[in-house]
Amino acid sequence: MKVKGKQALIENVSGYLFLLPSLLGFAIFFLFPVLFSLFLSLSKWNLSAGFSDLKFIGIENFKTILSDVWFTDSMKNSLIFTAATVIAGVSISLVLAVILNKMVYFKNPLRVMIFLPYISSAVAVAIVWSIILQPTYGPVNQFLRSLGIQNLPNWLADVQWALPALIGMYIWQNMGYNIVVFMAGLTAINSDLYEAAVIDGAGALSKFFKITVPMVSPTTFFLVIMGIINSFKVFDQVQVLTQGGPGTSTTVLALYIYREAFQFYDMGLASAAAWAMFVIIFIVTVIQWIGQKRWVTYD
Amino acid sequence: MIKKKGTLSKQNILKILATIGLSLIALTMTLPFLWMLSASFKVEVDVFKFPVEWIPRKWNIINNYMEVWSGRYSFPLFYFNSIKVTVLTTIVQVTVSAMGAYAFSKIRFKFRDALFLIYLSMMMIPDQVTIVPKFLVLKWLSLFDTHRGLILLGSFSVYGMFLLKQYMMTIPDSLSESARIDGAGHAKTFLKIILPMTKPALVTLMMLKFVWTWNDFQNPLVFIQSEELYTIQLGMTKFMTEYNSFYSLIMVAAVCSIIPLLIVFLIGQRYILEGMTMGAVKG
Repeated sequence: MKVKGKQALIENVSGYLFLLPSLLGFAIFFLFPVLFSLFLSLSKWNLSAGFSDLKFIGIENFKTILSDVWFTDSMKNSLIFTAATVIAGVSISLVLAVILNKMVYFKNPLRVMIFLPYISSAVAVAIVWSIILQPTYGPVNQFLRSLGIQNLPNWLADVQWALPALIGMYIWQNMGYNIVVFMAGLTAINSDLYEAAVIDGAGALSKFFKITVPMVSPTTFFLVIMGIINSFKVFDQVQVLTQGGPGTSTTVLALYIYREAFQFYDMGLASAAAWAMFVIIFIVTVIQWIGQKRWVTYD
Repeated sequence: MIKKKGTLSKQNILKILATIGLSLIALTMTLPFLWMLSASFKVEVDVFKFPVEWIPRKWNIINNYMEVWSGRYSFPLFYFNSIKVTVLTTIVQVTVSAMGAYAFSKIRFKFRDALFLIYLSMMMIPDQVTIVPKFLVLKWLSLFDTHRGLILLGSFSVYGMFLLKQYMMTIPDSLSESARIDGAGHAKTFLKIILPMTKPALVTLMMLKFVWTWNDFQNPLVFIQSEELYTIQLGMTKFMTEYNSFYSLIMVAAVCSIIPLLIVFLIGQRYILEGMTMGAVKG
């Protein structure tokens, strides 16, 4: 009995010793920040003013952001950005993954080529795109002009085209990841299913919609959830390419938060906006989680 | 027999067509990179020539690369900073994560499962929520605008620990328990038995962390102020705003910033792809 007690003590002590570095980092850089940011979101505080000026104001910050057109516009932009990148990104990737998985030669080199944008840094890629999309002498517009198209968009400097251009670039950059994950999911599908379908006379299209789509749905579910979370947090590309402009046209949530915090030093408002972002991600994820029973097939 | 042969060749034709189609798509995906690479070889006036000269008529490769690396633009310094921050972050992160993962998977201590749940719940919270308090914490610890601060911030990720823990769980407990019965302490069991068996997961985490830290833009942007501490990603945006009439040089910088990632990816393709797809397939 005594030995057992000593043993348990050793286990407890060594457990916490092993965990100590991670626990310290976790407490300082995750747990405390989360709690403190919750507190800040309910306070009025400008960084330049010092702590004596911190005032508890309840949900006032949330009321302020809801009536701030920069916030509501950034919310709208983030929702459009997320919906477009997730829906288009995931469905295009699924089709390409199916083709890449079974129906081509040189599968591996092709996969590496498609994965290249994903592995490259967002900043380098964004810089390249900003030059390629340059309105007057960028290669894209020069190419379109050579086809005789008039009134070309100014892309990133265009109120109407900046967000679509960002969406296109983001889909392009993340497609490789989606395809690689889909391919892993596809190899897990039992090939007997396809053979049985062929015997029943199913064509390529009905095989795709009746077998591939439902059987790969756990992977789709994962990609949709991760895609929503990541698209909602998009920052690098936008900061490098447009800084949210022109006007509010590409101001997304993460950019709004960054600007409130580190350009206007309004830490309370920034924290409130960050929590609003979390709540939306959380709600969407929960809805997906509940909704998955309707369309995700687990065997 | 003949019929079977016929369908086979029809399939082959389909496969060739699909290969051509997909190659075209893959080529379009890599076009921006090819454009970047060829622009970095050109004299400035040729960069925007149309039709695009994919293979430059006038090569300026040595001049361009020499100019960027000569030290006039502090590009070598930014590059060195990035290497330093990335390598150190990766080392600390893997060490901390491995120790934590060992504790969570092989030691039975009080509140283990509750603690793990708290860790996991933090994975859902976006960076934006914690960025302001992190900024304050770094200021208080006088770690703001230092590489040490940046490295520490990057070193604690729940994801890394989770990845290693999941892997260590697959190592049978009987192995570590028999070592313990033979008198080995936890430190020895960890170093001599569990760690060597976790090697594939360690390599995966190392490579992923290298890529992510190298590419990180938001943390240096917020937590670094002095120019001599800039990482390559910050340095490039500075280039972009300050030398925006020297596109060939900016493209040299972009090419150089991607090279380490390509090397890591080509060496560890299998590990990186495995790490990224882990958990995705089984839901």
